[in-house]
This record gives sequence, structure tokens and C-alpha cells, in this order.
Amino acid sequence: MEDFLFAFLNWDIVTQAWPILWRGFAYTLALSAMTVPLGLAGGVALALLATSGPWWVRLLAAGWTDFFRAIPPLVLLVFLYAGLPFAGIDVGAWGAVALGFLLNTGSYYGEVLRAGIESVPRGQMEAARSTGLTRGQALAHVVLPQAVRNVLPDLVSNTLEVVKLTSIASVVALPELLFQARQAQNATYNATPIVAAAIAYFLLLWPLVRLVSRLENRAMAGR
Amino acid sequence: MTSTAPIIDARGVWKRFGGLAVLKGVDLSVAERELVFVIGPSGSGKSTFLRCLNRLEEPDDGSIQVDGIELLSPKTDINAARRRIGMVFQSFNLYPHMTARQNVMLALRKVLGQNKDQAATVAARALDRVGLAERMDHYPAQLSGGQQQRVAIARAIALEPRVMLFDEPTSALDPELVGGVLNVMRELRQDGMTMVVVSHEMAFAKAAADRVVFMADGQKLEEGPPAQIFEAPQHERTRAFIRQIDRH
Amino acid sequence: MDGLNNFIFSFFNLKVMAQYLPLVAQGLALTVVLALLIVVCGLALGLLLAVLRSFGIRPLNWLIIFTVDVFRALPPLVIIVLLFFGLPAAGMSVSGFAATWLSLTLVLMAFAEEIFWAGITAVPKGQWEAARSTGLTFLQTLRMVVLPQALRITIPPLTNRTIAITKGTALGSVVGVAEILGAAQSAMSFSANPSPLTLGAIAYLVLFVPVVALGRWIETRFAWKR
Repeated sequence: MEDFLFAFLNWDIVTQAWPILWRGFAYTLALSAMTVPLGLAGGVALALLATSGPWWVRLLAAGWTDFFRAIPPLVLLVFLYAGLPFAGIDVGAWGAVALGFLLNTGSYYGEVLRAGIESVPRGQMEAARSTGLTRGQALAHVVLPQAVRNVLPDLVSNTLEVVKLTSIASVVALPELLFQARQAQNATYNATPIVAAAIAYFLLLWPLVRLVSRLENRAMAGR
Repeated sequence: MTSTAPIIDARGVWKRFGGLAVLKGVDLSVAERELVFVIGPSGSGKSTFLRCLNRLEEPDDGSIQVDGIELLSPKTDINAARRRIGMVFQSFNLYPHMTARQNVMLALRKVLGQNKDQAATVAARALDRVGLAERMDHYPAQLSGGQQQRVAIARAIALEPRVMLFDEPTSALDPELVGGVLNVMRELRQDGMTMVVVSHEMAFAKAAADRVVFMADGQKLEEGPPAQIFEAPQHERTRAFIRQIDRH
Repeated sequence: MDGLNNFIFSFFNLKVMAQYLPLVAQGLALTVVLALLIVVCGLALGLLLAVLRSFGIRPLNWLIIFTVDVFRALPPLVIIVLLFFGLPAAGMSVSGFAATWLSLTLVLMAFAEEIFWAGITAVPKGQWEAARSTGLTFLQTLRMVVLPQALRITIPPLTNRTIAITKGTALGSVVGVAEILGAAQSAMSFSANPSPLTLGAIAYLVLFVPVVALGRWIETRFAWKR
């Protein structure tokens, strides 16, 4: 038991590694603050193309979405980070993460928002257009607000997944929480920093998990 | 009525869905301040025709002039034209995420460019006209079907349209709620609004319409004053339709 | 033209691809095995937890809910790293394969439990009452009346979640599992050419595009009854 505590919950190590872990935590927050809006923007664009473009644009959008949902995000990231430089395109770790999340997360958000837009009755668009609103105005003020509300559980749940996914940025050496924890572990030969990082992730994301769970139960009961 | 140009002038309107012709060259002209009732069996194309009059359906052929503007011309700014053509739908189509007042205000702000205070005042006046001044801040889900339809009418009249189109405005309502909506329509008529109404409310048609148009199979079969259409229809299809309606 | 040649040489180098095809194919086989193990174990454990939860034993339910929350909140890569690099510090060592399998199984278990449970609670109370009034036991009612209805509505969300978690097998490359990405990455460093990575991406597409399309189909197929 003492060995276990020494290896996993060593308070001395926590205090030692604290500054590094804290910086990693802040970095994770910053990464999330970048990737969530980026993914949402990509998602809105994809959803609009998939619902209101001509048939070939819709088909293209569906294919694009399925492509990036089939490729594991880590594969995409490694490709952008380690593969592209061979062709003389070096986007760097930040660029690879930003681009990777735009493509991957955007596809997921896009699929959720597409379902949301399709759940809004056609009469809503018609009523808005009949009062003289343009298609863009009708989308922005009438259709999208309802679409977002209809798929809110999926949107929040997807956002939770995006924040969790920022941990793969450690693979391309961005100093986020998991990366910093690994560094600290290497320096101290002790697993405590990783346990501390896990606890930090849990404390950060538990409220979101509770929220998703509540929203999902309500949606399922409403069927 | 004969001296002034018609405010709606539709000629030879064709509409096909796939291979099926739903409208086969329909003509209709409506004079200012006139209330025209369009009746006919389901599948006759009457709703499709009404929806062509503000280009919610794109006709395949023909011409439609409203207030002197050719709707089907590519040069026409359809959004500007539509604000002069109010439309009321069978299923209300109120925006569920906005209060009654916000429903009315949206186009006032975005299409007419009014500021928030102006739009709020105009919306309040429109809602007062349909007898819902007290319900302005309710959401659609908190209103009865009849009240929702009156909000929808307020949403259209707030834009001060030249013409109002009604697509079966009472058929989704419980019988006891129909009267309130018809009263609002009657008042609109008294105020001189030009209206085209697709509906099965025959008693209302007899009392209020200037002219009744009977459509079947995508064509206008006959038209005339209500007394003529209901009491002495010329066409066999019209007679059969009127007989069937009367039995109810 | 030079740029295009360079691009093809880098990413679609047939010679390199042919050379490392067997390695990536082995990776593909490993990914399939890993994915199947995760799906079977994760779904079974998730269903088990949901059924246990339906007994309504308070302390047990709190434990289940907490466990599920933990594995929904933690990034899978963090769990994998914790098991792989952490356990040796306590004198227990696990292979990268076992760490990946166990981690993703626990994550799928958590999500599946939540979805199964939502499905069970969505079945109207009247179904329970009707079945119990005909003399069926609690378990009979659950098995023959409630679960068949619950499973039907859980299929679309479960399919999507299972696909997403199975794609996490790529995370195994971080702890040295030679699945598709791991194999492709080592081939890339041997050959100093990223074409094996293209091969790996193709392997994932071959594996997952049909599954994603199936998920989309299931979603529309099961959606109309709502």
C-alpha cells in the first residue's frame, strides 16, 4: 500500500511538479479555446453546404464529412505534422493541431448541425422568406437558433469530446497537460504527475459530463 | 374596379413536380380591395397556386405581376417584393424560439431596417389589431392555435403589405377557435385589404367574398360572385363539389 | 509540374508503398483484432452495468454513476498513458496492446452504460406494470419486455459512439502498438518517405468508411419512428 501511494499519490512529487502541470493545464484550456470555435465554424459551414447547396455540393459535403469521420484524428495530426514537411509544407505543431481539429472536429459538428437544421420544419424557412427575409437572414435568425436548440445535447457532448481530444496534441510535443505530465514523470521516475493530470482532467470535465448526461436523458425520454 | 389596373395579375401559370403538372396555365386577376376565395377539392392545385403568388413555389411558366412588379423576372428583388405580399400558413409557422412580439419584430428590423424601439411599437400595434395586446410576451407554445394564427396574421400585416394570401388559415384549428381568426380577417377586409384566401370556410366565403374561384385538376374551372358559385354553379365538377361540402 | 512530382513522390510513392504494404497490412489486422475485442468487451460490460443499475440499489448505483463519469471525463490517451507508464511504477507492467485494449474497453463501457440506461428509462412505466401484473418477475420483464424496446432506440447513438471509440485504437501507436498508425509511422521512419502514412490513411478509410456509412444509414432508418 505504501509503495502504491509512493508511486501514484506522492505529495512531494505533486508539489515539485505543480508549476509544470499548471502551465500544461493553462495550455490545455488555451488549446480548447482555439479548437472549439474553429470546429464550430467549420461545422456551420459544412452543415449549410450539406443542407442548402445544389445536389453535387451536398454530396461533396457528405463525402467530406464521412472521410474525416473515418480517419482517426491522431492519424490526421501525424500526417499534417510529420507527413506534410516531406512535401515542403511545414505548418508546425500549432498549425497541424489547428488544421487537424478544423477538419476533424468540423466534420463532427457539421454532422450534428446538419441533423439539427433538418429537424426544423420547412414551414419555418417559408414563413421567414414570405416576410421578405433573405435566405441568409432566415437561416441566421429563424432556422439555426432552432437547430442548435434541437441538437443541444449532441453539441455539448461533442464539445466535451473536443476538449478531451486536445490531449493528442501531446504527440506533436505541444506542452499541454498530458505532455507536461509525461515530462514530469520522466524527470521524477514516478507516476504521480500523470495521476495528478488525470485528476485535473476529471475535475475540469466532470461538470460537463453531468450536463451532457442530464441533457441526453431528457432528449431520450422525449422521444 | 374595371378602371384601375389589377393589383394581382397572374397569367398562364404552369407548375410541374417531376412529370406531374399541378398547375396547367392558371389565370387570375385581383382588383384592389377585393377578397377572392379559392375553393376546390384537395389536389386541385389551389395551395400551390397561392404559393406561386409570392414565389414560394417557382412556376415553370407564365407571368405574375403583383402591384406592378413582375415576380418571375430575374431582375426582381424577390425579398423586397415579398414584404408587400403577406402570407398566412395553415400551420401558423410561428418561430417557436421567439415571443409573439419578437415574431412580428424580426422582419420589421431585418427587412424594413427599423430600430428596436420602432419595431417594438409597430409590433405592439399589429398585435393589438388582432386582439392580442395582452399576450405579446408569450411564446407560441403558450398560445392557443387560434391565438397563434392571429400572431401570424399580425406578423404579416405589420409589414403593411398591399396583398394578403391565406393558405387554409383555419383548417388546423379546433372548431371553437375558428371564429376569432375569421373575425380578424373580416376586420382586415373592412379596412380595405386585398386578400386571396384558400379555405373551406364556405359560410365565411358566402358572407365576405367578392368573388369565388373554383379550381380542379390544376385549372380554374369557373369563377363568379359567391351567390352564383354556391347557388347556381355552371360546371358539373363545381356542382358535385358544392353538394359534397353542403352535406357536411 | 515539379511540385506535383514531388507531391506524388512523397505521398504516393508506389515503390515505398509496395515495400511496406505487408507491414501496414499486419497493422490493419492488429487494428481489427483490437477493435473487435474492445467492441465486444465494452458493450457487454456497459450492458451489464446498466442492468445492475436497474435494480435500484442506491450505493451500487452511485458507484456505477461515478465510474461511468470518470471514464467519460478522462481523455482515452490519458488513461492509456496512465496504465502503460504508470503501472510499471507499481511493479505491474502491461503491454501497450493490453493498455490500449483495457482503456478503450473501459471508455466504451462507460458510454454504452449511459446509452443503455437512457434507453431503459425511456421505456414507459406502464410496460413494467403491465408485464409485472401478468406475473412476470423483475428479470423476466427486463429481459423480455423492457430491453427489446430499449435496445431499439439505443442503436443509433450506440453505433456512432462505438465507431468513435474504436477509431481510438490509433492511440495505441503512442505506447508502441504496431496497429495501422504505429506500423505506418515506423515504415515512414525506415523509408524516410511519408507514403506509408498515406497507406495507413487508406487502411483506415477501408475499415471505417463502410462503418460510418452504416451508422448514417442506421440513423435515418431508425429515426423515422421517433
